[in-house]
Amino acid sequence: MILNAFLLAVREIRRNLMRSILTMLGIIIGVAAVITMVTLGNGATAQVAAEISSLGSNLLMVRPGQRMGPGRDSSGAKSFKIEDADAISKEIASIVAVAPTASASVTAVYGNENWSTTVVGSNNDYFITGNWELAEGRKFTAAELKAGKTSCVIGNTVAKELLGSNEDVLGKKLRLGSFSCQVIGLLQPKGQSMMGNDQDDTIIMPIKTVQRRLTGNQDIRMIRISVKPDINTDVVNRAITLLLRDRRHLSDNEKNDFMVMDTREITNTLTGTTRVMTMLLGAVAAVSLIVGGIGIMNIMLVSVTERTREIGIRMAIGALEKEVLLQFLVEAVVLSSLGGLIGIILALIASSVGSILMGVPFTLNYGIITLAFVFSAIVGVVFGYFPARNAARLNPIDALRHE
Amino acid sequence: MSSDNAASVADVPLIEFRDVEKTYGKGTSEFKALKGVNFQINEGEFVAIMGPSGSGKSTVMNALGCLDTPTAGSYLFQGIRVESLSRDQRALLRRNYLGFVFQGFNLLARTSALENVELPLLYRGMNRHERHAAARKSLALVGLEGWENHAPGELSGGQQQRVAIARALVTSPKVLLADEPTGNLDTARSKEIMELLSQLNSDLGITVLMVTHEAEMAAYANRLIHFVDGKVEQDFYQEPTS
Ligand SMILES: Nc1ncnc2c1ncn2[C@@H]1O[C@H](COP(=O)(O)OP(=O)(O)O)[C@@H](O)[C@H]1O
Ligand SMILES: [Mg+2]
Repeated sequence: MILNAFLLAVREIRRNLMRSILTMLGIIIGVAAVITMVTLGNGATAQVAAEISSLGSNLLMVRPGQRMGPGRDSSGAKSFKIEDADAISKEIASIVAVAPTASASVTAVYGNENWSTTVVGSNNDYFITGNWELAEGRKFTAAELKAGKTSCVIGNTVAKELLGSNEDVLGKKLRLGSFSCQVIGLLQPKGQSMMGNDQDDTIIMPIKTVQRRLTGNQDIRMIRISVKPDINTDVVNRAITLLLRDRRHLSDNEKNDFMVMDTREITNTLTGTTRVMTMLLGAVAAVSLIVGGIGIMNIMLVSVTERTREIGIRMAIGALEKEVLLQFLVEAVVLSSLGGLIGIILALIASSVGSILMGVPFTLNYGIITLAFVFSAIVGVVFGYFPARNAARLNPIDALRHE
Repeated sequence: MSSDNAASVADVPLIEFRDVEKTYGKGTSEFKALKGVNFQINEGEFVAIMGPSGSGKSTVMNALGCLDTPTAGSYLFQGIRVESLSRDQRALLRRNYLGFVFQGFNLLARTSALENVELPLLYRGMNRHERHAAARKSLALVGLEGWENHAPGELSGGQQQRVAIARALVTSPKVLLADEPTGNLDTARSKEIMELLSQLNSDLGITVLMVTHEAEMAAYANRLIHFVDGKVEQDFYQEPTS
């Protein structure tokens, strides 16, 4: 009987090809839209998360001044000195690395090439706090750091732009204004940061060198602190705040004239934003799924008169109610699952192309695929089956007379 | 519904109506279309049902064909009380014993003549080969050889009615019920259909009940039941023409 119903249903689909295609189209578009949107949204979230982890996890950044962002106001706030960083690493527990930094913009010259970039002065802890790995060469020696030698570790972009390639870079000498420095190491590339700037466009030198030869003062622009992975950064944050308040002689009623930023907070804000974006896209797509569902409903309801008469004919020639219903059920299931499958295939194609174009990872979410498929199947079955059920409960003559 | 049951009681008529009533609608819009109809029909008869428009002819035919249920009275088919049967049992009665031809043909649109005719066989679980053979044979019987692949839209009214008759015949029914089968046809086509019906009656022994309002068509029958105002007014046998 199932086989028979299947045969009848396939016949019916073929006979009403246009209606069948239109029905499927609603499902196809809805399913494809939802899956594509959510997949791309998830890819973007994963991308942001990956970029954040490349920034360094459990990282605290201490700056002088209060506000950050556009119009940053550090005027009046005393900058940090190297002793502040030393105090943090000596007195605060549960930290892995403390990297004071000073930086300057320079134009580096090598042969006929020149390249504008940023020089960061720091110590070897900088590599830990920034999640930097060396592709080649070595970090700074204690002697280099202490004496402020002109040794530098360069990023991949600087190597390519200035030296022409990232091979054989060690030992080369770059000119930075009045002095030249020798390349002792090459960083593993990291790519773009989530803010869109190129993280590999950097030169790292001992902090003393930068202070003496580039910034011309003893100021520290930022202290980067890596906290042990299983430690709550809030506790460390509070300890650092107290220590620095003490060192800067702030009385109880004075506000902090520095700020401690926690990458975890930045992470939460950014992933939160992309998650909201994903939800928004998902909602837009859900609307298209619903519109698709309404399309199916319309087509089914428009054809209900014809179908009711047809059910009347089938019953008049001796079809049982359950045979008619099974046929319509099979038809609805075949149509909506076929539509759903085509929609899923289209979504996979669209989202893999989209993720390549957007440069985000392609992450499949089986939950949303299942959800979209089940929704479309339910819509198809409900609107294909219930009008048929109503018709099959009539007396054959009433079904035949239906107008 | 079994035929053993019928055979064991030789004098049971094929069809018997006892005080059958049918009321349409409810309350103020209530309308009594049949007001106590009585008749018996034996196997092999060719009955023409006549009467003015609105006299209840179609209502009687629909009740006979188990397409509708009377409000009161008893319909006995081979001695079985049809009103006591379930919906499915009535569907099986239609499937196994009855063939119905409508004034408006009621064929499936966009479906070839062959597929329309084999439709009743699909519900009998017959294989494709048997189905096609039976449908072709039935179409040949109504003179539509060579038209198997034409959809109703590509056929004339007379041809469509023949397809409908072929569909009613394909299951070899005991009774063929036809409600104004020539109502939409011109005289020449009508006569062809009537000759076909009387041939099915005499050659295959199928009991035929047919509604018509044309005396010329009723003349092919060997019995005439005349309806007026929801009641049988006249019921007599006659010598059929041709
Ligand atoms: N479905 C219906 N609902 C209400 N009244 C109906 C219905 N079908 C038929 N009637 C009424 O019942 C009467 C008999 O109808 P019918 O049996 O079709 O007559 P006819 O002899 O012309 O075939 C008519 O007056 C008609 O208006
Ligand atoms: Mg009528």
